[in-house]
Amino acid sequence: MNKPDIRELLSKRILILDGAMGTMIQKYKLEEKDFRNEALANHPKPLKGNNDLLSITRPDIIKAIHLEYLEAGADILETNTFSGTTIAQEDYGCQHLVHDINYLSAKIACEAADEMTAKDPSKPRYVAGSMGPTNKTASISPDINDPGKRTTSFNELRTAFKDQAKSLIEGGVDILLLETIIDTLNAKAALFGIQELFDEGVREVPIMVSGTITDASGRTLSGQTTEAFLISVQHIPLLSIGLNCALGAAAMRPYLQVLDQKAPFFVHVYPNAGLPNEFGQYDESPEFMGKQVEEFLKEGLVNILGGCCGTTPEHIRVMAEIAEHYSPRVLEEALDHRP
Amino acid sequence: MVHGLWSMVKFTMKDQNTDYTLQLSGLEPLVIYEGSNFTNIGERTNVTGSRKFLKCIQEGRFDDAVEIAREQVNGGAQIIDINMDEGMLDGKETMVKFLNLIAAEPDIARVPVMIDSSKWEIIEAGLQCIQGKGIVNSISMKAGEKEFIEQAKKVKRYGAAVIVMAFDEEGQADSYERRIEICARAYKILTEIVHFPPGDIIFDPNIFPVATGMEEHRQNAVDFFRATHWIKEHLPGAKVSGGVSNVSFSFRGNDPVREAMHSVFLYHAIKHGMDMGIVNPSQLAVYDEIDKTLLEMVEDVMLDRRDDATERLLDFAETFKGKSKERIADLSWREGTVKDRLAHALIKGIVDYVEEDVEEARLTFERPLHVIEGPLMDGMNVVGDLFGAGKMFLPQVVKSARVMKKAVAYLLPYMEEEKRLNPNASQNNGKILMATVKGDVHDIGKNIVGVVLACNNFEIIDMGVMVPAEKILERAVQEGVQVIGLSGLITPSLDEMVHVAREMERLGMNIPLMIGGATTSRIHTAVKVDTEYSGAVVHVLDASKSVPVASSLISEELRAPYTLKVKEENKKFREDYLARKREKNLLSIIDARKNRQKIDWNKYTIPAPKVLGVKAFRNFPLDIIRKYIDWTPFFLSWELAGRYPAILKDEIVGEEATRLFNDANSMLDEIVGRRLFTANAVIGLFPANSDGDDVILYEDDTRHREIERFLFLRQQNEKGAGLANHCLADYVAPVESGVKDYFGAFAVTTGLRVDELVAKYDADLDDYKSIMAKALADRLAESFAECMHEQVRKEWWGYAANEHLDNDALVQEKYQGIRPAPGYPACPDHTEKRKLFNLLKAEENADMQLTESMAMMPASSVSGFYIAHPESKYFGLGKIDKDQVIDYARRKGESIEWVEKWLRPVLNY
Repeated sequence: MNKPDIRELLSKRILILDGAMGTMIQKYKLEEKDFRNEALANHPKPLKGNNDLLSITRPDIIKAIHLEYLEAGADILETNTFSGTTIAQEDYGCQHLVHDINYLSAKIACEAADEMTAKDPSKPRYVAGSMGPTNKTASISPDINDPGKRTTSFNELRTAFKDQAKSLIEGGVDILLLETIIDTLNAKAALFGIQELFDEGVREVPIMVSGTITDASGRTLSGQTTEAFLISVQHIPLLSIGLNCALGAAAMRPYLQVLDQKAPFFVHVYPNAGLPNEFGQYDESPEFMGKQVEEFLKEGLVNILGGCCGTTPEHIRVMAEIAEHYSPRVLEEALDHRP
Repeated sequence: MVHGLWSMVKFTMKDQNTDYTLQLSGLEPLVIYEGSNFTNIGERTNVTGSRKFLKCIQEGRFDDAVEIAREQVNGGAQIIDINMDEGMLDGKETMVKFLNLIAAEPDIARVPVMIDSSKWEIIEAGLQCIQGKGIVNSISMKAGEKEFIEQAKKVKRYGAAVIVMAFDEEGQADSYERRIEICARAYKILTEIVHFPPGDIIFDPNIFPVATGMEEHRQNAVDFFRATHWIKEHLPGAKVSGGVSNVSFSFRGNDPVREAMHSVFLYHAIKHGMDMGIVNPSQLAVYDEIDKTLLEMVEDVMLDRRDDATERLLDFAETFKGKSKERIADLSWREGTVKDRLAHALIKGIVDYVEEDVEEARLTFERPLHVIEGPLMDGMNVVGDLFGAGKMFLPQVVKSARVMKKAVAYLLPYMEEEKRLNPNASQNNGKILMATVKGDVHDIGKNIVGVVLACNNFEIIDMGVMVPAEKILERAVQEGVQVIGLSGLITPSLDEMVHVAREMERLGMNIPLMIGGATTSRIHTAVKVDTEYSGAVVHVLDASKSVPVASSLISEELRAPYTLKVKEENKKFREDYLARKREKNLLSIIDARKNRQKIDWNKYTIPAPKVLGVKAFRNFPLDIIRKYIDWTPFFLSWELAGRYPAILKDEIVGEEATRLFNDANSMLDEIVGRRLFTANAVIGLFPANSDGDDVILYEDDTRHREIERFLFLRQQNEKGAGLANHCLADYVAPVESGVKDYFGAFAVTTGLRVDELVAKYDADLDDYKSIMAKALADRLAESFAECMHEQVRKEWWGYAANEHLDNDALVQEKYQGIRPAPGYPACPDHTEKRKLFNLLKAEENADMQLTESMAMMPASSVSGFYIAHPESKYFGLGKIDKDQVIDYARRKGESIEWVEKWLRPVLNY
C-alpha cells in the first residue's frame, strides 16, 4: 500500500501508537486449546500464555484487537511479536516457530492497517514490528555470587534479533520497534544485527528504540541514566527514541524531558496505565491517564504517543482526541549529522 | 589604532555543535565539548602499565583487580583504560571476564570504558561487553587503509568512539610533519569514507620521552604540542589524547621529577588543545607548587629551550629525590568507651569510625532511636554548648554535623524497620521548612542554618532555591511544619519575603516565620514583614541564633509568650525607626544635582581603550584566578571575623581559621588541578558620555548612534561643606564637554559547574565540603572580577598599563578607577543588570542568566561597570526621596510603582 514517509507526518502532527495487546487478549479468556493447532497438538510443553503463538492459532482474535485500536485512532500498530525471538521462545520450546510468528503477525497487522487506510487514505496507518527485550540480559549476572556470569552473549542476541527483524520485514512491517529495553547491551546487539541485515540487502525500515526506566531511581534495569542510554544507542540513525512500560505517565516526565532536550531523533512515549495495584491490575482510567499525558503535550515533549501495559482502545481514543489539540515536538535537524 | 571601529570581537571557542561533541557513557553520561576541561583517563587497569594490576590478573585475583578499578574512579578518573595485552594471558578471555565483572559494580561502571589493545579480536570482544558508549584504543593505518576502514566501520557499528594512533604503513610518526600528515589522512578517510562522526575521532599523536640524552628526542614534546595545535585548528571536532607518563620515561625512579614533568607537559599540552589523556593523578604535581628551579629546568627540557637542558635537569634531579611525608594519626581516643568515642568523633568531626561505633552502640541499646537520643545527642549537645560559648566555630560544627548525618544515615534503615513494625514511634524537636525565596539562588547561609538546626535535632525540610510562595506554603501545610525559614541574599528577595508573609496572612496561617540572609535586617523584618503577618516573625542574624529562636517558637510552653514578645519588639523597633527617620533631611534632587562633583575635564584625558566592543573569555584558567582571592570575606562567610592573614594567628579563632584555610586550599588544589569549575567572563568597552545622571554608550567613536543608556541615582542627603552629592554619571565626561570618554561593563562567573561538585558532596552527606565548595566558588567569582579588572586597566583599556600592585593593594582597591555593580550601594537598581547582560550578550558569551528578580545564575557571578577616571570612587547612595523616584521613573520609562518596588530598600518614604 502506498503511504507517505512517516517522517513527513511526524513533523506535522503527533502520531498515536496502539495500546496493550496482553490486556486485550486476557478479555477473551482463552484456554490451552486456543494456543494449539494441528501441528502443535502434541507439543510437550504447556503453551497457554505464549501470546505470540496466537498469530498462528487464532489470527482472528489478533486482527480484531488490531482493528479495535485502529478504530480508536491509532496511527501505528504493533505486531503481536513481543517475545518473537528464539531466545524468548525457548521457554515454550517454540524456537522453530519464530519465523512464522513474526511473518504471520506482520501480515495480520498489515492487513488490518491496509483495510483502514483504504477506508480513509487521508489517515494512513503504519505497522511497527515489536521486538521485546528477551528474558535474558547481556550485562547482568543471574547469580549474585558470580557477578561475571552471563546467560547470553552479544552474538547470540544479535543473531536472534536479526532473524526476528528479517521475518518481520518480509511480513511487511513499516518500522522496527525495539521496546521495553531493560539492558542497553541487548539493544545494541539488536541494532548491530539489524544493520547487518540492511547491508545484506533486506529492505531498510526506520527503527524506533524504546527504553524502560524501571523505578524512581531513574535508571534502566542495567543501571543507565536516560542520557547515558540515549548516548549508547544514538550511533544508529533512529526514527525515534523514547520510553515505555514500568512507570505510569506522571513518573516518566523527568526522563522524557531529558530525551526532549538531548535526542537528535523524534521522541515517543507509551506509559502503562499507572502502576499495578495489589491485584496486579493497571487501573488508571482513560481520562486520568489522558490528563497526565496531556502534560507532556503541553510541554511539547513528544512526537509519538501510545499506551503500554493495562491500556485499552478507550485509553488510545482519549489520547488521540487530546493529541489533536497539540503540536508535535520540534526536531532540530541540525543535530543529526549522520549521512 | 584599532578603535574607531565597532568591533564585535568574539573570542569564544568553536560553537558547542553536537557534531563536534564527544558523547560517551557508562551508566552515566560523559560529554566532552570543544573547549571542555581536560578529561582524565585512568591508567591503572592496564597490565602493561601497572605491575600491581598485572599481578592480580596473573594470579587470578580478580576481586583485587576490580578494587583497583574502583580506586581509580573514586580517585577522579573520568574514563578507565583497560588493557590485557600480556604474552602469558589469554587477552580476549581476560578482557571479557574483567569487563563483565566491573559491569556489576555501579560505582565503577558509571564511567565509560576505554578498550585498549593492539589486537583487533580483543577490542571486538570487549566492544561486545559494554552497554555504554566507550572508546576503542586504538586503530591505525599501520597495516594499510583497507584494514583501517574495515575496523573503523565496525567501531562505528558497535557505537564506540575511536583513538587513532599517528601510525601508518611507514611506521610511527616521530616528527611534527609526519604527525599532521597521518592525522589529516586518517581524518579524511574517517569522515568521508566511513562517515565517522568527527566528534568521535580522537587522535593520539604519540607522546615520546624527552631528556633521554639523544639529540633526536629533544623536540619530542614540542612536536607533540605543535601537532596537537594543528589538529585542533584543521580537523574540526577531532580530539587529542595521549599517554602522559611516557614523557618522563628517562626519570623512572625519581618521582618528584616525574611528577613535575607530567604536570609541565600537561600544562603546555592542554594550552595547545589536548582534550584528554591517560594520567595517573597520584603522579601529578600541582603546577603552581613545583619548586621554581625544578620548574624552570623541566620547562627548559620540555620546550627545548637550552642545549644543556637535559644535563642540567639530570644533575639537579639527583639532589631532588623525594622525601616521604607521612603522618601518623593519634588513635589513643579509640580506647575509650563507645559513648566517649562517639562524642570525640562528633566534636572532632572524624567520620572514619562512625559506622562501627554506631553499630556497637546500637547493639547495646533497646531501640536505634535511643542511640540518637543518647550518645549522639549528648555529643551534639556538647558541640552546641561549645559553639554557643564561642569555643567551637562554624566550620567545626558543620564537620560535626557531617558525622551526625552519617551516624543517622546508618541507623535509618533500622529505624524504618522499627517503624514498619510499630508505626507510632519517632520524635524530634520539631519540623522546620527552609527555602530560598523565588528569584534568588543563594543558599550558603540557609544551608548552614539548616545544618546547625539539624544538629539540634530539628527535622529540616530544605526546599532549595528559587522556591515560589505557593510551593512553600503548600509544602508547609502538607508536612505540618512548625516553623518556616525564608532566606535570600539579593534585595528583591526582601519583597518576595513580604509577599510570602502576606500570602500566609491571606490563607489564615499562623506558622511562625524566621527571616534570614545577607540583605535581610531586623529593621526590614520589623517594618515590612512583621506588619503583613499576624503570626510570629523573627529576624535571625546568624546560624548560632537560629537554635534558641526555633526552640522558643516550637516549644509548647514558650511559644505563646515568645510570640507576644517578638511582636512587641518588632513594634518598638518600628516606632523607633520611624521616629528617627522623620528627622532625616534630604535635599531636593534639583539641589543635589547642583552639588555634583565637579571634575575638570581638561586636567586628565582618559586614554581610548586598545580594543572597543565586546570580548568573551571562556574556560579562563582557574590557577590565575586563584591568585586574586581575597580571603577576609571567606572567613566571614563561615562566621569567623577578622582580617586575613592576621586571623590565622588570632588568639581565639586562629587555630580553626588556619584549619579552615588549609581545607579550603586543598579543595582549591583539586578544583584548580582537575578543573572542576568553569570560569567564563565577558567584558565590553565603549565610547561614552554622560547626560545628566545617565551614561550614554555609543556604537562607535563617531558618537552618532546611541546603543545603550545606563541610568544612575544621586545621593540626596545633606552634605557638609566641600562634600558633593555623588552619582556615578559624574565620573564620565558630559556630552557638552566635547571630551571623548569611555565606559566599560563586565560579567564574570565561576559557578557553572559548582552544582556537580556540590551534588557529589551532598550525596556523600558531606555538608562541610558542600558549603565549602559554594563558598569557594563565590570567592573565585570575586577574584575573577578582580583579575579581569586588572587586565582591563593594564591591557584592554590600558589606562594603567604600568600599574604594579600586589594582592593586598588590589584588595584595598589602590588602583585607578572603579567597578561598581548594579544592585550594590553606589547603584542599587538591580534592573540595570538586564541592560548590562543584553549589551554583553552575557547569556551567549558566558552562559550566565538573570532570574526574574535579577539574580545572576549561576550564583557565583559578578557583573558591573568599569569607570576609569582617577577621581572616581565608591560611595553609598543612602536614601532618596520621591522627587528623584519620579524623575527616575520617567527616565526609565516605567511606572513610579514599578520603580518603588525595585528601589524599596533605598526609599526615604
